Amino acid sequence: MNFVMPDFYPAAAEIFLLAMACAILLIDLLLPPAQRWVIALLTMTTLVGCAIITFFTIDGQVVLTFSNMYVDDMLGDFLKLLVYLSVAVMLVYSRGYLAVRGLNKSEFYLLVLFATLGMMVMISASHFVSLYLGLELLSLSLYALVALDRDSARATEAAMKYFVLGAMASGLLLYGMSMIYGATGTLEIGGVAQAIYHGVANKTVLIFGLVFLVSGLAFKLGVAPFHMWIPDVYHGAPTPITLFIGSAPKLAAFAMSLRLLVYGLIELAGEWQLMLMMLAVLSIALGNLAAIAQTNLKRMLAYSAISHMGFMLLGLLSGVVGGDRHFALNAYSSAMYYTVSYVLMSLGAFGMILLLSRAGHEAENLDDFKGLNQRSPWFAAVMGIMMFSMAGVPFFIGFWAKFSVLLAVVDTGQVWLAVVAVFFSLIGAYYYLRVVKLMYADAPEDAAPIQGSLDMRLLLSANGLAVVLLGLFPEELMRQCALILLRSL
Amino acid sequence: MDFKTAVFYFLSTILVLASLRVITARNPVHAALFLVLAFFNASGLWLLLHAEFLAIALVMVYVGAVMVLFLFVVMMLDIDIERLRQGFWSHLPLGAAIGLLMAGEMAVVLGGRYFWPEAMPAPGPTQPGYSNTKELGRLLFTDYVYPFELASVILLVAIIAAVLLTLRRRADSKFLNPRQQIAVQRNDRIRMVTMPSEKE
Repeated sequence: MNFVMPDFYPAAAEIFLLAMACAILLIDLLLPPAQRWVIALLTMTTLVGCAIITFFTIDGQVVLTFSNMYVDDMLGDFLKLLVYLSVAVMLVYSRGYLAVRGLNKSEFYLLVLFATLGMMVMISASHFVSLYLGLELLSLSLYALVALDRDSARATEAAMKYFVLGAMASGLLLYGMSMIYGATGTLEIGGVAQAIYHGVANKTVLIFGLVFLVSGLAFKLGVAPFHMWIPDVYHGAPTPITLFIGSAPKLAAFAMSLRLLVYGLIELAGEWQLMLMMLAVLSIALGNLAAIAQTNLKRMLAYSAISHMGFMLLGLLSGVVGGDRHFALNAYSSAMYYTVSYVLMSLGAFGMILLLSRAGHEAENLDDFKGLNQRSPWFAAVMGIMMFSMAGVPFFIGFWAKFSVLLAVVDTGQVWLAVVAVFFSLIGAYYYLRVVKLMYADAPEDAAPIQGSLDMRLLLSANGLAVVLLGLFPEELMRQCALILLRSL
Repeated sequence: MDFKTAVFYFLSTILVLASLRVITARNPVHAALFLVLAFFNASGLWLLLHAEFLAIALVMVYVGAVMVLFLFVVMMLDIDIERLRQGFWSHLPLGAAIGLLMAGEMAVVLGGRYFWPEAMPAPGPTQPGYSNTKELGRLLFTDYVYPFELASVILLVAIIAAVLLTLRRRADSKFLNPRQQIAVQRNDRIRMVTMPSEKE
């Protein structure tokens, strides 16, 4: 029996977050309801504290700890910092909305913190068990958050659907993992890669497990044909929760896909790339076509999320073609860049819905954005920037994201795939630009002044400016993505 | 066929039949009881694999705690089972066809070649003094301490979520605060009114 005490230092941020979450849980017990703002403040402090810890422990090394279940590398640190940022932005955006609806409960903040912990665990997982537990921690918190508004039948229905389908997806993922475990005899992601490399594992069983693994991943990413929960959940959940689901978890899902497929099963790249190709083409086509028919903005953005995730898969699948790993770094960093820029745009777009909503009014229909230019030219411009960027109009960040992914696809010689993606993106541009048309060309239907606290207005403006500035100067972020992957792969 | 194999087939047959009855039983209480039977047989299978602790844990946790709680819930909630089962028979052919197709495909791919009993030898005899429970505990608190802690966080989230979703004031609740009821004074209930006496 030779047990070495694990090195807690790399996981300092997770430990800090868990300790703070438990402390907040107890503090909440002693606070009168009128002082709820203390909880919000503490939650924010926790996120800032985590960011400080993560930032100052970046050392560019790949460190494994907790019996090789936890990996601390540049990729993890970078994605975690982005997760803190997007969760913090989400908290600022949603405060006013939740307060006027009486949903400003301390459980909301706690569940958000636990979901953040789940994402951090997923991002840093180097073992099937820790990956799965992180995913469950995230999903369980999200199921409860979707049902936050108990009096809304739509939210309850969305939570039920999300729960049932999510549980099934977890089952598929677990089944796939168990098959791969059966074939390789290890649950460690690095060990799996080695066992496959040395040819110990039976290939039929591996591919059999891979099918289930990819299906489970596709469920969690929300790509067609495993996308059925996305529109209902996005539509039914309270808008801050939709914003939450649509932003930070995408980063964690990207990390999960990268760790499972690229770190663990790179030897099977030929097989999973084919599967991802089908998923990607289906989602880009279905997402963009179905979004046209939507009159509800949240539903429209849900279908747009499906197509964006399909685009992200295009980057993941053009890494290794025919055993040639020459393009791998370029392709994976383009997928990462795409995810990061999508999260930024998603935050802004849902933030606009939250800004226009007020007590007793949900600005979730396209008609609510009619004539926004006359009500507030500045925020109409912010929404316009988000829509242009999502459509991939030059020179916003969304354009560079699409551009780099397409470049990676063309580099590997799959020109037809790039053509299909561009074709459906052009179709998709219609529904994004329709929002712009409604804002600038139509007369407003309701003339209520735009409310929203000062910090929210400032942050939303900064969000819009970030999309513009990162679009004008895209090199830095792209280089960072490539550098981080280079240090972590 | 030696004795162990016979026991395996005996337990497996009951397990499969009980599982089938769980989803086809008309009465939800019967379904829950069949699930208990299924768990019991599964724990028997685990015993055959020398996993005594897991087998006992399955019986204690699932049969003893979870299923009893489940039975309480089934008995307390008045579930309209007929309404739930609406469309069961009309959806059955399609569902069964797809399920059988998938099971068939999986059987064709794996073909029993990789998971044949010969490929998975039974665990060998253990050394004297070997304790399954001790080994599991050692692993759980050393190598697997990280996932173990994560599992506890997941349980904490489940508690918070359950409180969040169920503990709330209902507008139509007929709840009376007993403390206020006990503390009530005569003056709160009776108002003395002085009225001038009236004449005809």
